[in-house]
Amino acid sequence: MTDYFVLAISCIFVNNILLAQFLGNCPFLGTSKKMETAAGMSMAVVFVLVMAGIITWITDTYLLKPLNIEFLRTLSFILVIASLVQFVEMFLKKSIPGLYAGLGIFLPLITTNCAVMGACLINIKEEYTFLQATVASFSYAIGFGLALVLFAGLRERINIARVPQPLQDTSLGLVTAGMIALSFYAFKGMV
Amino acid sequence: MSKSIAREFAKGLWSEIPPFRLVLGLCPVLAVTMSVENGIGMGLATTFVLVGSNFLVSLLRNVIPPKIRIACFIIIIATFVTMVEFIMQAYVYPLYLKLGIFIPLIVVNCVVLGRAEAFACKNPILPSLADGLGMGLGFTLSLSLIGAFREVLGNGTFLGLQVFGDAFVPFGVMVKAPGAFVTLGLLLAFMNLVPVKK
Repeated sequence: MTDYFVLAISCIFVNNILLAQFLGNCPFLGTSKKMETAAGMSMAVVFVLVMAGIITWITDTYLLKPLNIEFLRTLSFILVIASLVQFVEMFLKKSIPGLYAGLGIFLPLITTNCAVMGACLINIKEEYTFLQATVASFSYAIGFGLALVLFAGLRERINIARVPQPLQDTSLGLVTAGMIALSFYAFKGMV
Repeated sequence: MSKSIAREFAKGLWSEIPPFRLVLGLCPVLAVTMSVENGIGMGLATTFVLVGSNFLVSLLRNVIPPKIRIACFIIIIATFVTMVEFIMQAYVYPLYLKLGIFIPLIVVNCVVLGRAEAFACKNPILPSLADGLGMGLGFTLSLSLIGAFREVLGNGTFLGLQVFGDAFVPFGVMVKAPGAFVTLGLLLAFMNLVPVKK
């Protein structure tokens, strides 16, 4: 039990997928201008990343490894993720329209979110068991949401401030992200 | 004709240089630029995938049904990424180990998909090749530039060679995560300065 707890903490804070592993930076900068879009994106990522983590783990262990075709990993993972996203979108549209309205536009964007693909590849690379992979995927997604919401809050404030013209928007956003990364860096010694 | 091809090539190097002007494909830009060598390696791998996928997408642009074009593009890109993975494993194994999961992640690099969608599926083969090559080299250039800043300040070396004397204390944080964000942010600000003055 403690092992899983340590794994979760290390995935959320120490190896935060955005600020320490640099995965999923495009949506990080793209959807962080407003708190609502940031929250929507975070929820969508939690939803998809956990499912993608589980399904790619199963694909890799029971399909690619027994058949000795691991070199097709990149191709099969991206196909699994793309079809999963499409499936989730259709499922939500039919059965939970309220949630679909909230996540709607963020779902297709997730296909090219490298946080999802990256987390799946890390799960395989670290040779996690099924339960570990599930916990790690969930924690990575939570870490992603945490960093994104934190960053969106800061960015909303910065947008009110008067900033020199060349530094505006993305440029200062990146410097701010650097500062947040610095604070997350303090967790390094923990696990 | 040749003039327009030259223009497609040149726009990737300056007016639409990917990480700075388009702000696309940031993950490898931030993650692998600890040193110049990593930057060049990653840049060239991406260039290969870009040129290959642009070529194939442009060749097949009249065959691919518009409704499922994104899925087709992704399969084409993934094929080239798998090829580049094999090539790097065979010839530059140490670099392959250093770049790690970021090589398979070229699949989800928005620059590659973006060029297929925005350019290659609407243009003939030659301009598409020029566009891919220009974008790829622009990407390589930016990655090496960021890598150079981070390596010189964070490690005191350039391509592994000592730059400063022994008295120089390396700025350790520059090769770590926070340094990547700050370097890119400041470089972006400098890039923004140029058109402002024009």
